[in-house]
Amino acid sequence: MSHDCKTGGNPLSTELCGITLDNPVIPASGTFGYGQEFARLYDINILGSISFKGTTLHERYGNPLPRIAECSSGMLNSVGLQNPGVDHVIAHELPEFRKIYSKPLIANISGFSIDEYKETAEKLDAQDQVGILEINISCPNVHNGGMSFGTSPEAAAEVTSAVKEVTHKPVFMKLTPNVTDITEIAKACEDAGADGISMINTLMGMRIDLKKRKPVLANQTGGLSGPAVLPVALRMVWQTAHAVNIPIIGMGGISSAEDVIEMMMAGASAVEIGAANLVNPYACREIIEELPAAMEELHIDALSDIIGAAL
Amino acid sequence: MDRQILTIEENTQLTRDTWFMKLTGNCSEISAPGQFINIRLDGFFLRRPISIYDHDDRWVSILYKLLGRGTKSMSQMTPGQTLDVLLPLGNGFDVSLCTEHTLLAAGGIGMPPMYGIAKELKEKGITPQLALGFNTKEDILPLQPFEDLGIHPVIATADGSFGIRGFVTDAMKTLNYDYVCTCGPEPMLKAVYEQMPDGQLSFEERMGCGFGACMGCSCKTKYGSKRICTDGPILMKDEVIW
Repeated sequence: MSHDCKTGGNPLSTELCGITLDNPVIPASGTFGYGQEFARLYDINILGSISFKGTTLHERYGNPLPRIAECSSGMLNSVGLQNPGVDHVIAHELPEFRKIYSKPLIANISGFSIDEYKETAEKLDAQDQVGILEINISCPNVHNGGMSFGTSPEAAAEVTSAVKEVTHKPVFMKLTPNVTDITEIAKACEDAGADGISMINTLMGMRIDLKKRKPVLANQTGGLSGPAVLPVALRMVWQTAHAVNIPIIGMGGISSAEDVIEMMMAGASAVEIGAANLVNPYACREIIEELPAAMEELHIDALSDIIGAAL
Repeated sequence: MDRQILTIEENTQLTRDTWFMKLTGNCSEISAPGQFINIRLDGFFLRRPISIYDHDDRWVSILYKLLGRGTKSMSQMTPGQTLDVLLPLGNGFDVSLCTEHTLLAAGGIGMPPMYGIAKELKEKGITPQLALGFNTKEDILPLQPFEDLGIHPVIATADGSFGIRGFVTDAMKTLNYDYVCTCGPEPMLKAVYEQMPDGQLSFEERMGCGFGACMGCSCKTKYGSKRICTDGPILMKDEVIW
């Protein structure tokens, strides 16, 4: 896999479909809201980009509580895509975002039918703050018995083509790892015109309350994230990088500068960092600050040099 | 809110399952009773959110119940150890809304925020009533700090081993009040809610970040959804939906 990247003298710089990022560090959707809570702690303009909270066509309250459970080196969440809906995001959240962040954003979009994906994508495509559309296909298709779009290559391809029809901005398909062969899904997306792949979403998991003798989460199952999933994410990125030619944003359990480098060596051009922000609100800033020393230790002159180095 | 490194000054057992910890460091942002701190523990992924008991600019104290492995590990910590803490979190009780005839009602480990409210009310010249419910006599938490403020708690124990036999709602029946601030387990909150004319309730929920970013603790209220960690944990009586 080859890539062109002019670092312009910035060794942390990377590039996604023609958009240059100052560094590969991107907070993952759902873990950074719309930046407000973190902007009170540090200047979030240092971040390469931000994937903001997943947007759906209509407002969603999300799942009943409890939505959070702890695991060893990780956590489960069943938040359920709580968000105010795309019209509210465009009218309120994005203008507020502009005050605290000036670089191109990644708009994460979820939908429960092809039409919902299209309509939401079309509205966010029109926003100049949005640089990339990240399409979350871990959602159930309400028109197909609730089968997740992301578990079938055909459904994944259908969402990809539908979204590509309504935007000229880069479309990154965000894949679920809860499949037998993620490279099949990735290839189907690439064939349908995806500009990139974001991976991985959360792994489906559960905890049981020993005193109540029932699942901890009100939704019963939830998504596992955090350091526990890093090896799975690395493996899937590595396999997918062998299978497709389009760039990959890698995520899943990254919590250090070394993890960023590891994920890029596995084939990622940029990374998203999620759960780490919840337990350490300064995580992304610290990781960006620690990258130069980690690179020096590993004899890396420019991060773009090591994309896919382990393939 | 910010991240602070605090030092354990004291960590002592009070009852069979409840401990007192005092931490020193920058606590100057704490602004209201009912706020909480979120503690990072070695070997555990999520922080532990615990209500503030008492504080000054340079220290904060908490009472914590041993409910799981995380709180158990806290009980084994020693003075001199440092902890990574996010504080202060939450909206806290709005003491300016308390009337002259305010009742503070708490069950078990819900007691700590009541002390902060009591101190602020006394400064305003109001002596609140106090009703506390515990399971049994041995579980009763320190009452002297309230007595020192001139507040005499009415105690209820579920097994009748001390005070009124019953729950905090039974203790409440002996008192006159028109406004209630309450904190405790959810069944207790619901029972107090049914008896209270007006007031504020402190809720709790499993949290992700604890500072408003992840939507892990978002509950429905009459006026829309609220994050227990940031828009709460204190909700007004009139907005609560059960």
